[in-house]
Amino acid sequence: MANEEEFFFTKEHEWVYFDDNVAVVGIAEYAQNALGDITYAELPEVGADVEQFEQFASVESVKAASDIFAPLSGKIIEVNKKLEANPELINKFCYEKGWIAKIQPSDLNEKNNLMSQEEYEQFLEGLDS
Amino acid sequence: MSSFISNTHADVESMLKVIGAHSIDDLFADIKPRHAPKSFNIPSGRSEFEVMEHLYRVAAHNAVHLTSFLGAGYYDHYVPAAVNALASRSEFYTAYTPYQPECSQGTLQALFEYQSLICALTDMNIANASLYDGGTALYEAMMMAIRITGKKKIVMDGGVSPIYRTIIRSYTSNLDIEFQETPVVHGRSDREQIVKILDNKTGAIILQNPNFFGAIDYHQDIVDLAHAQGALVIESVYPISLGLLKTPGEVGVDIATGEGQSLGLPLNFGGPYLGFMATRKEYVRKMPGRIVGETTDTQGRRCFVNTLQVREQHIRREKANSNICTNVALCAIQAAIYMSLLGRKGLKDLATVIFQKAEFARQELGKIKGVEVKRSSPTFNEFTVCLPVPAIEVIAKMAKKGFAAGFPLVRYYPGMDNYLLVAVTEKRTREEIVAFKEALEEVLCS
Repeated sequence: MANEEEFFFTKEHEWVYFDDNVAVVGIAEYAQNALGDITYAELPEVGADVEQFEQFASVESVKAASDIFAPLSGKIIEVNKKLEANPELINKFCYEKGWIAKIQPSDLNEKNNLMSQEEYEQFLEGLDS
Repeated sequence: MSSFISNTHADVESMLKVIGAHSIDDLFADIKPRHAPKSFNIPSGRSEFEVMEHLYRVAAHNAVHLTSFLGAGYYDHYVPAAVNALASRSEFYTAYTPYQPECSQGTLQALFEYQSLICALTDMNIANASLYDGGTALYEAMMMAIRITGKKKIVMDGGVSPIYRTIIRSYTSNLDIEFQETPVVHGRSDREQIVKILDNKTGAIILQNPNFFGAIDYHQDIVDLAHAQGALVIESVYPISLGLLKTPGEVGVDIATGEGQSLGLPLNFGGPYLGFMATRKEYVRKMPGRIVGETTDTQGRRCFVNTLQVREQHIRREKANSNICTNVALCAIQAAIYMSLLGRKGLKDLATVIFQKAEFARQELGKIKGVEVKRSSPTFNEFTVCLPVPAIEVIAKMAKKGFAAGFPLVRYYPGMDNYLLVAVTEKRTREEIVAFKEALEEVLCS
């Protein structure tokens, strides 16, 4: 995991960290592991408006498709073009090179609806039991 | 309670209660009475012999020995004996759409060959393993264009088969799609109207070549116009015509579809027919239907799989590209056999013969006093004639003389009472065409 940055998580296993108030979004280790080998990432359009916890992208593995939900509302300002040719980056480096999109958040208070890293780890323990 | 339905009255009552319906009639209230069976009282059983006799008597009402000049999208082509001989092999004939597909390598390979042949025929990158028929393929293409563009306005050319347009309207009657239809002027798509209507909110324009009236119309200008507005171009084509005419790929079409009946399937009432669909590689993830791909197994051997399945409903459920989860595999295999028998040159020769025979028929009918052959556009296998009397009357009289004279356009185009659509295939001989002309002359003079 990239150090220094503070990560936040959703119950659907998306992560987000803030880089100068821009939200960088991806999917967590738990999700990439559950999906298996990812073969395709359907990315949102740059400029599109997204709503917190609404679907904004999807990933496909060999025999499953999974929706990805926006951890925050805002506007898509960049997508990870490298995923088009190398979707397996999500499997290999889900917290770094496997990022999915950057969102310009419209309401930073929405951060309160997300889990901190510690809370997320507890949440994962709850899932395993 | 029928012995085939295991629910007791108590079961039915409790299920109705859960969903909040008061009675079975209440449950089916949305089905209009005209669509509902008049009665569920089915007469008691008859012997096999009696049933066969009854069916033979009913079937005898069909006129099966008429010399056919009837087309309107479904054509009386010769089907080589090899098509049925090969397709009726039990390995093909007894297998439905493969649910454990990789166990059915033969079926998958045959479908892969079919897809490859459809791509070669249309000059497109990717074809699916087939859809039900030409009309449903066109509907699926329209929904695909909406998925790709995110735009729900559809421009539909009046030259598209009215049968297909009816299917599309029926399928979409509960969907939020804005349709705008443009007329046909002098046999061709109305460019003036299309320029006015086709804007940046348009998801697709739906075209047909040759159009329903038989006119060849390449639509190159309309393709450019649509692409400039960010709309896709969908074109329904008559596969045999591609032996001679420009292909959808050449013209720049985004999604090509068509009725594959002419590719080795007999004419029948109600199918099964064959819808083919092909598109550009970049749109493959938005394409509905099964797609067979070629790959290698763990030992490096060539093999075939159902590929890109996450588009489909057994994986993506309600978010699937389409609720199509099957294909008309046997019909597609018949088409693959037919196309393989013909080959590239054979298809070109066939198209040339059909074009020449249709031109001959067009000239012959034009010699009849009072018959006006429409000449505003070039035609391929089918053409429109205006008779001095209603076409429906002429068709009835021609049937008595042994001819299926053609399709009365008034069926779908009010006011075109005197217009007859005449189709010619390779099966029609010079003698038959001359006899047809003479019979028509007699009918019109009597």
